[in-house]
Amino acid sequence: MKKRKLLALTLAVSITAATLLSGCGSSSSGGENGQVVVYNWGEYIDPEAIAMFEEETGIEVIYDEFETNEMMYPKVEAGATQYDVVCPSDYMIQKMIDNDLLMQLDFSKLPNATEHIGEQYWEQSRQFDTDNMYSVPYCWGTVGILYNKTMVDEPVTSWSILWDEKYKDNILMQDSVRDAFMVALKLNGNSMNTTNEAELEAAKEALIEQKPLVQAYVIDQVRDKMIGGEAAIGVIYSGEAIYTQRENPDLEYVIPEEGTNIWIDSWVIPKNAQNAENAHKFIDFMCRPDIALMNFEYITYSTPNVTAQSMIEDDDIRNSSIAFPDLSQYTNLETYSYLGEEGDALYNALWKEVKSY
Amino acid sequence: MNKKKLLATPYLFWSVMFIIIPLCMIFYYGFTDKTGAFTLENITAIASAEHFKALWLSILLSLISTVICLLLAYPLAMILANMNVNQNSFIVVIFILPMWMNFLLRTLAWQTLLEKTGVINNILSFLHLPTLNIINTPYAIVLGMVYNFLPFMVLPLYNALVKIDKNVINAAKDLGANPVQTFTKITFPLSLPGVISGITMVFVPALTTFVISTLLGGSKVLLIGNVIEQEFTQTGNWYLGSGLSIVLMIFIIISMILSAIFDKDREGALL
Repeated sequence: MKKRKLLALTLAVSITAATLLSGCGSSSSGGENGQVVVYNWGEYIDPEAIAMFEEETGIEVIYDEFETNEMMYPKVEAGATQYDVVCPSDYMIQKMIDNDLLMQLDFSKLPNATEHIGEQYWEQSRQFDTDNMYSVPYCWGTVGILYNKTMVDEPVTSWSILWDEKYKDNILMQDSVRDAFMVALKLNGNSMNTTNEAELEAAKEALIEQKPLVQAYVIDQVRDKMIGGEAAIGVIYSGEAIYTQRENPDLEYVIPEEGTNIWIDSWVIPKNAQNAENAHKFIDFMCRPDIALMNFEYITYSTPNVTAQSMIEDDDIRNSSIAFPDLSQYTNLETYSYLGEEGDALYNALWKEVKSY
Repeated sequence: MNKKKLLATPYLFWSVMFIIIPLCMIFYYGFTDKTGAFTLENITAIASAEHFKALWLSILLSLISTVICLLLAYPLAMILANMNVNQNSFIVVIFILPMWMNFLLRTLAWQTLLEKTGVINNILSFLHLPTLNIINTPYAIVLGMVYNFLPFMVLPLYNALVKIDKNVINAAKDLGANPVQTFTKITFPLSLPGVISGITMVFVPALTTFVISTLLGGSKVLLIGNVIEQEFTQTGNWYLGSGLSIVLMIFIIISMILSAIFDKDREGALL
């Protein structure tokens, strides 16, 4: 018995260790060796585009995914895996620039980026990358409400519907701190970049008040749950809207009247990248109009590649107000900015209070 | 003697690399702050309302799960132990079979089963029965814990029960003990080592889980495992994460000491 127990114990320990090991298995890659290590959002690229890149350049792509900016940052900062190309959002890029984690891009190696990315997106990028030195826009969009027309029969115009008792257990919220607070702050008429403690406290109270009505806090799962009719209302990124509508025509996307977040996800190269040369090739390849179009059609997130946009065959989609909204009609869109270490800590502490409530 | 030592080096290397060093790192981070100065703040942080609530909820849910596991597993283990070898190895295999599948996958399957528009509710509403709304509640988490950790309870119980000498039980019956007396005076006390190790094997992973609560609790129920996980993966505060891990370790050690006390003159103790 004793022996068996010992065996079982060692087995258990070794299994745990093995899982731990495999968790950080993809860590080594030295020198410019025909590889490029890419760290992107989940389901954020057409796998075919990666295959084409590998075939055309002979560079092997090692591909890894993350679910939120907050999960991505510690891994890049710790440097255990040396990524060559990462795709964070606006405020996170600002944080990475501030903390000296990013490499200046060599735009002479990125002809497609300079040629095909629309000027307004470079302009927008300057909010977090002042001189357009570190990032190349990949996708952009807004955050809004996706609702199921068969379950909601009133016009949806405001974030306040997420606080409506009628939809108890039918509401999906984003399980990421900035997006959750954005909704509450906008509802209260505040800026989503506030660090004013009273405003944040009020937002926290609102989120706590909302919690009993929320079915679940999810991220990528919002899409599948909404398609499956699991919930009536969900907070979602605009890029998912076209895809979900295609799968379930009952779904409708709106940008609430209080305003919302407008975001850009951009390619960046971390300072400790081992294959900077290949990373530039990868980014430039993704900016090629045919590839950008392929990616757009696969992931349905708005592309800043204006050449690719003009190549979209379906008129409805090319002129879609969801994928390519006329931004001039919205006056209260905001981009997240990095709030500094103290701001981050404040948001995280309040979010923890909401989650544990 | 030398040869033996040589043979032990891989294990020594293993335990230093993957047990001692990581433990030391946790203790280092747990007792320091961002500047590297010594602090107890990460440990005392457990007293804050959010952390304490998460810890309390974790203890409560894992205790409930452990009790349910014990109640479910004991009769099964008794049935298994009384069967002949051929039959019971078949049933044991059936029981272990789901464990060959990935733990995450099995938990995710429960999510699909329990959803509002999930398989179970579709069947129930087809039969015009009231639907089951436990997804994203603590009940679903307990269900997930019981489902995932039940085999850890069955196996030690079975091991303990199968070793009981049938003659002892027969002797009790001969001496006039009824089935209830035989169970309370003979079978149960003799199976106690199995009970204790089963309880530890279920309670400890249930206390530390964060996957089950995320998947089946819809991230609405925050357990101490989730708090620690988020400190590492999202907030990036390794100091606080390590400090809370140390607190959790203390609770695990307490539970092991308790089992050792209950089990002091038997062989089943884990410590």
